[in-house]
Amino acid sequence: MTAVLNVKDLYASFITPGLTVAALQGVSLSVAKGEILGLVGESGSGKTLTGFSINRLISPPGEVVGGQVMLHGEDVLTLSEEKMRKLRGRRIAMIFQDPMMTLNPVLRIETQMRDALRAHEKIGKAEARKRSIAALDEVGIPAPESRLRSYPHELSGGMRQRVAIAIALLHKPDVIIADEPTTALDVTIQGQILSLVQGLCRDRGTALIWITHDLAVVAGIADRLAVMYAGRVVEVGPVDDLLDAPAHPYTRGLIESVPARGQRGKRLNQIPGRMPSLADLPDGCSFAPRCEHATAACAALPDMEAFGPTRSVRCFHPLMERALWAMR
Amino acid sequence: MTEFIIKRVLQAMIVLFVMTVLVFFGVNVIGNPVYIFASSECDQACLTKTIAELGLDRPLWEQYFVFLGNLLQGHLGNSFTHGIPALSLIFERLPATLELAFCALALALGIGLPLGVWAGLRPDTFISRCIMAFSMIAFSLPVFWIGLIMILTFSVQLGWMPAIGRGDTVEVFGADLSLLTPDGLHHLAMPAFTLSLIMMAIVIRLTRAGMREVIFADYIKFARANGIRERRILSTHVMKNLLIPIVTVLGMEFGGVIAFAVVVESIFSWPGVGKMLIDAIGVLDRPLIVAYLIFVVFMFVVLNLLVDILYSLLDPRVRLGGNQT
Ligand SMILES: Nc1ncnc2c1ncn2[C@@H]1O[C@H](COP(=O)(O)OP(=O)(O)OP(=O)(O)O)[C@@H](O)[C@H]1O
Ligand SMILES: [Mg+2]
Repeated sequence: MTAVLNVKDLYASFITPGLTVAALQGVSLSVAKGEILGLVGESGSGKTLTGFSINRLISPPGEVVGGQVMLHGEDVLTLSEEKMRKLRGRRIAMIFQDPMMTLNPVLRIETQMRDALRAHEKIGKAEARKRSIAALDEVGIPAPESRLRSYPHELSGGMRQRVAIAIALLHKPDVIIADEPTTALDVTIQGQILSLVQGLCRDRGTALIWITHDLAVVAGIADRLAVMYAGRVVEVGPVDDLLDAPAHPYTRGLIESVPARGQRGKRLNQIPGRMPSLADLPDGCSFAPRCEHATAACAALPDMEAFGPTRSVRCFHPLMERALWAMR
Repeated sequence: MTEFIIKRVLQAMIVLFVMTVLVFFGVNVIGNPVYIFASSECDQACLTKTIAELGLDRPLWEQYFVFLGNLLQGHLGNSFTHGIPALSLIFERLPATLELAFCALALALGIGLPLGVWAGLRPDTFISRCIMAFSMIAFSLPVFWIGLIMILTFSVQLGWMPAIGRGDTVEVFGADLSLLTPDGLHHLAMPAFTLSLIMMAIVIRLTRAGMREVIFADYIKFARANGIRERRILSTHVMKNLLIPIVTVLGMEFGGVIAFAVVVESIFSWPGVGKMLIDAIGVLDRPLIVAYLIFVVFMFVVLNLLVDILYSLLDPRVRLGGNQT
């Protein structure tokens, strides 16, 4: 499978006089047509920032300072601002976490959808209306025609997120970046939205980057998983392999800190310590201070190394035994 | 909505009633206008006659009921000095004041909004700091002082602007307007600008604060992520959110601008209701003062109602009456 989107060695920093926070430090990941990539990591690891860097929407003082974002072999970081605008929403779409906040509170759904359509196509009101109704219908909104006249506050959270998804899908983008789109919803709605997005992306061959810190969600939806820690991707691979047999100690820590069935009463394993401040990261492996396997070697920064045919990991001491056992 | 409006109209009538009492008694307890009308040779009999003619010999409460009865029929009494109905005097002068006030409003929005947007978009630049300093100064300096300085500078020193008066006017729908003649516009510029300064300062501050909040909102990021053009985002997606507080505050402020155009009208000898009020106070023309005050209260009440309705139209989250889920 060829990658639709290929992020190579992406660096982003928050640059203010006196302090530079290097928030992304060489993030690489790729996603193929029709593939769903889960992007996980604890709060502050740079997931959202990665998403916004890809479509160049980090707000100042944040700034992409290095790397490439290849969309079908073209580096979007070198495009002019107007060319970039034409890409947004048409080739790369986004869905945000909080459906309360994503839709403009003072504009009707119809206006917001029409604007999104007209951003890339010269179409009249009637045509825009027709397309909007079809799009709302597709994401399972009942009575889409009357919904068009609604304001966001008149819809439930789940409905709002469906509208946001409909808007993201309007131009049949190549890639959708979904930043924790179900976190703010209650569990039953979460499931509906999850399978809705999964189905729509599969049908159209849209590549999907699903950002979350909920491993259960990722296990259910993603094909591959990328684990981020302190501004770097530390492990990538097929989702089942990673969850069954994590190679990076951090990945294992993440998995073990999720409560599982049949383990009630057992003490949850937590990763000791906290993620280091991005303003002064240790020189070597940034997870080393929290890692029980760390040795003197970890004072240097490990590279991303292939680990079996389909995985790679950024660790000098990957958790071999279980991983090898799993690969048999 | 209808229920809300009816409620508000009832409230407004109570406010108006209370005001008529306050205004009437307040004004009638101060001074004695008879001495102004009566010539110095007027003897006691002549004085009594004048007092009876003006209806001032009757008890205060009776005078009030006469006044209220007339008010309900739309008569606010005849002006002592002009001898014609006070209300028609007000309406005669009103177009000049309204013209001044609306031009000031237009200036406040036309200059204030762009400046505020600029200051909100680039808060740390030198220009933005200048804009904010300007708004601070415009808000705090006394209006009469600014007016006088402007006359001194542009009329006396430079001789560019006429200092007083209205200039040529043309009649539009029965009202004289300066706005449409070059000479009138020339006369209008300084008073309108002076009157607009406080509103302009408010618009700048509200716009800037709103911008700082709205442009970081998720829905604006989402609009950008959908590729919507920056101009469209600013003019619609941002602006509609910005206008909510601005309309509310300006709506409240605008009544004050009309009512207290007094200062600016006096400085620039602008023949509006404000100047008329000052003249009326000078000669204790009670019916005219009372009519003016009643008129101002009425205007405030109506404006507030309009602002509430406009507010609900702008912000769909606000449902008037509050009986909607
Ligand atoms: N304005 C800013 N100035 C300095 N640093 C910032 C700023 N905004 C974000 N950061 C840094 O960027 C890092 C990455 O943030 P990001 O929002 O991408 O994390 P995340 O992985 O999405 O976390 P979460 O799960 O909480 O959403 C954070 O650790 C934060 O310290
Ligand atoms: Mg985030």
